Amino acid sequence: MSTVLDTRSFLRWCWRQLTSMRTALILLLLLAVAAIPGSLFPQRSQNPIQVKQFFAENPETAIWLDRLSLFNVFSSPWFSAIYLLLFISLIGCVLPRSIEHLKAIGAKPPLTPKYLDRMEFYTEIKKIDLDKVEKFLRKKHFRIRRDENSISAEKGYARETGNLLFHLSLVLILLAVGIGSLLGSRGDAIVNVGDRFINTPTSYDILSFGKYQAEDSLPPFSLTVTDFKAEYDPVTNAAIDYELTVLTANPAGSKEIKKTIKVNQPLAYGSTKIYLQANGYSPIVIVRDKSGKIIFDGPTPFLPQDTNLSSIGAIKIPDMDPQIGFVGSFLPTADRDPIRGGFSSYPEVLDPRLLVSIWKGDLGLNTGIPQSVYRIDTSKMERIGLKALVLNESYDFGEGSITFTGWKSWVNLQIVNDPGKGFALVGAILAILGLLISLFTRQRRIWVKQSGKTQVAGLAKNGIPGLEQEIDELVKEMSNER
Amino acid sequence: MSDNSAALLSNNLIYAAMLFYTLAFFAHAIEVAWSVKTPAKSVKKTKLDFSRTERIGRLASAFMVIGFLLLLPGVVFRGISANRVPWGNMYEFSITGALAFSAAYLFALKKYKLRWLGLPVALSTLLTLGTAVTLLYRPSAPLMPALKSPWLAIHVSAAIISGGVFLLANCIAATYLILDRYEQKGVRPVWAEKLPSLEVLDNLSYRLVALVFPLWTFSVIAGAIWAEAAWGRYWGWDPKETWAFITWVAYAAYLHARVTIGWRGRKAAWLCLLAGSTFLFNYIYINVWGTGRHTYSGL
Repeated sequence: MSTVLDTRSFLRWCWRQLTSMRTALILLLLLAVAAIPGSLFPQRSQNPIQVKQFFAENPETAIWLDRLSLFNVFSSPWFSAIYLLLFISLIGCVLPRSIEHLKAIGAKPPLTPKYLDRMEFYTEIKKIDLDKVEKFLRKKHFRIRRDENSISAEKGYARETGNLLFHLSLVLILLAVGIGSLLGSRGDAIVNVGDRFINTPTSYDILSFGKYQAEDSLPPFSLTVTDFKAEYDPVTNAAIDYELTVLTANPAGSKEIKKTIKVNQPLAYGSTKIYLQANGYSPIVIVRDKSGKIIFDGPTPFLPQDTNLSSIGAIKIPDMDPQIGFVGSFLPTADRDPIRGGFSSYPEVLDPRLLVSIWKGDLGLNTGIPQSVYRIDTSKMERIGLKALVLNESYDFGEGSITFTGWKSWVNLQIVNDPGKGFALVGAILAILGLLISLFTRQRRIWVKQSGKTQVAGLAKNGIPGLEQEIDELVKEMSNER
Repeated sequence: MSDNSAALLSNNLIYAAMLFYTLAFFAHAIEVAWSVKTPAKSVKKTKLDFSRTERIGRLASAFMVIGFLLLLPGVVFRGISANRVPWGNMYEFSITGALAFSAAYLFALKKYKLRWLGLPVALSTLLTLGTAVTLLYRPSAPLMPALKSPWLAIHVSAAIISGGVFLLANCIAATYLILDRYEQKGVRPVWAEKLPSLEVLDNLSYRLVALVFPLWTFSVIAGAIWAEAAWGRYWGWDPKETWAFITWVAYAAYLHARVTIGWRGRKAAWLCLLAGSTFLFNYIYINVWGTGRHTYSGL
C-alpha cells in the first residue's frame, strides 16, 4: 500500500517538477544550446555532400561525431528529447490553466483582500460613494465584485487568453511539422529542356516519402519543359532572373496548359508544389564505335561547380566492348589562365568547350553498388585519351570516336508535398496574435474599501505602466463629483 | 536621376551622416567629461553641475538627429540606385541596421529621457557605418533571383528593426551591469550620477524586448513563408534559421524568466545580453563565415 502511495507521490512529484516554470526555462535554454551544433557541423538533411567530405577529411572524429548524432542534430534523440519534454511541460502547464481560464469566464473577481496597504499602489482618500465608483468602473469595462463596503474590480483577462493562445499555437505548429514529415514527400528531378517529366517515383533522381505516405499517392501530373531562360548581369556575372516555361497536364494525357515557374513562384497542385531549384548544362555528344555505328547520341546533365557554371560530369557507355567512360567538364564560356588552366568566365554559353578524359575498362555498373551518375569509378579502368573539344569537333580515341554536337539547359525541379504546411501557417498567425495580446494587454485589479477610512489600492499583473494614472483618475473623478 | 548618380549621392549622404555622428560622439563625450570637472571645494563628494553641459548635450542630440536625417536619404538613394529595397547584401544591411538603431534611440530618447545613452549609441552607429563603408562596401547591383520577392521588404525590415531595438536593450542591460558593479562596491562614479536608477534601467531593457519580441517572431515567420516559396520548405535548419531560432528561444526564456519567475536585475540583464549576442553572432558570424542559403553575393 505504502509503495503504491510512494510511487504515486513520486510520479506526482516528477510531474510537478516537469511542469514547473523553472524546468521549462531550463529546457528552453537547453533547446537553444542544443541547436548550436546544428549550425556548426554540416547536416545530412541539408548538405549530405559536405558531411561526406567531413568524413573523408577527419574519418576518426567523424565516426564519433556521428555516434553523437552531430550530423543529424535536429532529428537526434537528445534534441528530440529536449523539445518533447519541453512540449509536455508546456502542455502540462497550459492545459490546466486553460480549463481554469474557461471556468473564469463570467466569474467575479476575487474577494477584496484584508490588507490593502500592502499593495503596489495604495492611497487613502476621503469618503466616496461606492455606487458611483462601481458605475465608473463598469463604464470602463472592469469586472466587478460588489460587497457591502468594498469593490473588487479586475480588467485585462485577455492577457491570459492571449498567453494560452500563444502556447497552444506552438503545439499546433509542432503537430504541423509532424504531419508534414509523416505524410509528406519531397523529391528532386533533373529535366533537360525539351523533355517530359511524369510524376511517378521512377522519374525522380531522389525521392523520399514520409512514414505514412503511400508511394502511389503522387498526383498524376506531367510536365514538359519547353523553355528555360537565364538572365545574367554582364558586369558581375551574377544571375538576375530565371524563367522556366512548361506545358503541364493533370492527369498526364489530359489537355496541356502553359505555365511559368520562377524561383519565387512555384507551380502548385493542391498541397504539392513544384519548385525551380537549380539549373545547369547538358552537353550533347555522339559516340560511335570503331565501325562508325552510333552507340550513344544525347544530352548528359553535368553538375555546375561555380557561379560561371563550369560543370563536371560523366558520360558512361556500357554498351561498347570494352566499356568506355568519359570524365568531362563543360565550360560554357571557355577561358584560360596559367594558374587555373581552363575555366569558364561567363555563365551563358558563348564559347563552349567540352574537356574529356577517356577511360576504357570496367565501369563497375554491374556490381550492384549504387553509383553517382556524375562520376566514374576508374579503379578498374585505363585512361586512353584526353581532349578539349570545340563545338562540332570529333575525336578518335582508337576504340571509337566522340563528337561534341551541342548542349541543352537542364533544370532541377523539386517537387514537395507538405500537407502540414497550412496548419503551420495558421499556428504561426495565431501565435503572433496571442503574443501581441498577452504582451500588450494590461491586467490589473483595483480595490476600494470603506471601513472608517476609504482605501484605494491596485495591482498590475504585468509590468506595463498605466495603473497609477488610472487610479489617480478614479480618485480625482470621485472627489470632483462630491 | 541615373542609377550611378543615385549611388554616388547615397555614398556622400552616408559620409555626411558619419561626420555628424562623429560630432555627436564628441559632443556627448564633452558633456560627460565636463560635468565631472566641476571643482568641489566645500563638499566631500564631487558635485556635478549639469547646467554647464546642458547646452552641449542638446547640441549632441541635435547632431544625432541630423546624422539620422542624412542617413535616411542615404539608405533610400541606395535603394533607388538599384531599383529595389536596399537590403541585398551586408553593406546594405549594415547601413539600414545603423539607421534602425539610431531611430530606436531617437524614439526612446524622447519617451524615456535617454540622452545619457548617446555616447555609446553614437559610437556604435559610427563603428557600424565605418565597417560598412570600409570593409563591406559593394557597388550597387541588382538582386539575385531568390531575393526577388515582396517578402524581402517585409522579412528584412522586420529583422533589422528588431535587431536595432534588441541592441539598444543590450546597451541598457550592459549599463545596468556596469552600474550595478559600482553600486555593489559603494557609490556610482560621478559620470554616472545623471543616469537613471538601476530599477529604471532594468525595466527599460525589459520593455524594449517585450515591445519588439512579437516583431522578431513575425520576422522569423515571414522568413519561413518566403522560404516556402523560394526554397521549397518553410523551415530547414539553415544556419541562419538555426540562429534566428536560438535568438527567439533565448528571448522567450528571458521573457519567461522575468514575467513568470520574476527575475530582476543582474540575472535578467545577463540573460538579455546573452540573447542579444546570439543575434549579433547570427548577423556577423553566419553572414561572413557561415554557409547555407542566407549567404549571398559574397557578403
